[in-house]
Amino acid sequence: MTSIFSQIITVVMMNIRSLPRRFWMSLAATLAIAVVVAVLLSFLSMSNGFRKTLEGAGTEDTAIITRSGSKSELNSVLSNDVVNIITTAPGIAKDANDRPIYSAELYVVVDGIKRTTNTKVNIPMRGISQTGFDLRKNVKITEGRMFEPGKNEIIAGASIQREFSGFELGNRVKFGKTTWTVVGIFSTGGSAFESELWADARVLQSQFRRGNSFQTVRVLLSEPGNIDGLLKAVEDDPRLMLDIQTEADFFKEQGEALGGMVKLGWILSIVMSLGALAGALNTMYISVTEREQEIATLRAIGFSNISAFFGTLVESLVLSLLGGIIGTVAAYLFMDGLTTSTLGGNFTQVAFTFEMSSDLLMNGIILALIIGLVGGFFPAWRAARLPVVLAFRGGA
Amino acid sequence: MTGGKLYDLRGVSKSFTKGKEKITIFNDLNMSISEGDFLAIMGPSGSGKTTLLNLLGGVDKPTGGEIWFDDSRVDNLSESQLAKWRANNIGFIFQFYNLMPMLNAERNVELPLLLTKLSAKERKKNVAAAMELVGLSDRAKHMTSEMSGGQQQRVAIARAIVSDPKLILCDEPTGDLDRKTADEILSMLQLLNREFGKTIVMVTHDPSAANYAKRVLHLDKGEFVEKDLVA
Repeated sequence: MTSIFSQIITVVMMNIRSLPRRFWMSLAATLAIAVVVAVLLSFLSMSNGFRKTLEGAGTEDTAIITRSGSKSELNSVLSNDVVNIITTAPGIAKDANDRPIYSAELYVVVDGIKRTTNTKVNIPMRGISQTGFDLRKNVKITEGRMFEPGKNEIIAGASIQREFSGFELGNRVKFGKTTWTVVGIFSTGGSAFESELWADARVLQSQFRRGNSFQTVRVLLSEPGNIDGLLKAVEDDPRLMLDIQTEADFFKEQGEALGGMVKLGWILSIVMSLGALAGALNTMYISVTEREQEIATLRAIGFSNISAFFGTLVESLVLSLLGGIIGTVAAYLFMDGLTTSTLGGNFTQVAFTFEMSSDLLMNGIILALIIGLVGGFFPAWRAARLPVVLAFRGGA
Repeated sequence: MTGGKLYDLRGVSKSFTKGKEKITIFNDLNMSISEGDFLAIMGPSGSGKTTLLNLLGGVDKPTGGEIWFDDSRVDNLSESQLAKWRANNIGFIFQFYNLMPMLNAERNVELPLLLTKLSAKERKKNVAAAMELVGLSDRAKHMTSEMSGGQQQRVAIARAIVSDPKLILCDEPTGDLDRKTADEILSMLQLLNREFGKTIVMVTHDPSAANYAKRVLHLDKGEFVEKDLVA
């Protein structure tokens, strides 16, 4: 066993040392694998960042109530009557005066100019009350102050200020015929709420001609995650055609909007992997052909065919591992922390950050090793089956 | 002086098919090689001498007959058994040296010892002894690509003898060398045969090279014509 092991180590080291003879071809195969890994990791880190941004917005403490079948806040409409009925349902936490803690909110779309492309895109504007502010635990004003009820004042999320132009503190912005003053900047710890503008709900109702209607109601649950009381109320009252989810579930569902993007990333990576695989196969077949007399000589001396097999396979794995490392490092350097925005579930822009994780990086390395394993297996098989008589043929 | 029988080929045949045609290299070939022999095998191209060397070295198998080595039958061994048998009993010297270009001289010589249970220290000692025997102690750390053809062939000889095999098989060992260097290499083989009792089988085209052997076998169309030489 020791002998076999030392044979394999010897052949592997010889193969690695002979790489300079095949420098350009080996480099091309390695870089092809690096590109595949980098592309995959870019897609996965984008999806990871988007998912975390949305999931970070939701908690189990709060339930979100929308019109049945609306799927998103933008499509939902709730009359004031419905809000009054549902907020009396059991399972909602009460304040010191025994009043249910809830926030009836509006959600409208306004125009913003994206800094990177200088194009006009949809950004969300939310009408909330002080209770709505309090319901969101990580929210804090980082610059300026909270808007005053009854005034055309807005506070802008940190991502909005970063990604879109014109929302600096003190700026006046015009949406339609109304002008608003940016009086504060708020942060929610990087969640999707940071991609929103917030204003007083009653002012928004008036300026956007929404009458007494709202779009969503957020309620603080008396027991985190338990929405049974609310669901029973909806079931028992035919006037209530509502969907009820915890905020955590709601945003998780929204986050799945990029599920297709992840699939596309994998499909693209697999297709590109086939190209990289062809490169790896070609490189390794050439490596075996170039070394066939050396392999046969070692076999003639008494080295086993197992050492020839593993020597070639490990060479392939080393090249692919190198490609994997280059790809992950490149993806990490160029993608991790990159901030961008894309269309979210409400047809509005959600700013998010590409986020690498150790799991994602491991995925890149595993993909590279799979390419190396498949790309090396068949040439290694050939190396193991080379006739020993080749040692006696040809010149050096 | 030659000793007991080392090799015994009994009714060996070798043929292969090329397309629909069956080509016979040997048919019912019988020969024996004694311990301590220095045998040169000569013959025109296509006479079967390299095929015979392959059969003797266990890198090819006969299609008929039996090959016995040191009273053990070897033609029916599996690939892995043959590899072990070669490692224990045979040293190879090739026309084009077949050294590993990415290893230095002593690493090349050490290769057969990696198949043994010798410790690194013992391996180093044996390698040094083999390098000294071929007169290359001072070039042990040199890459073989930096060496002349004659020096490379001496490294190959050191590699062939380092594990102390019973038999050394040489395939045109001087075919790539000038006359003077060829004579040095052949003298070295003769020394190994006379002083160290190594059995040597050498395939060559060169009658001058054959003169160093104790006996010469002429092979023609798969059949032997033996010719004794003055040793």
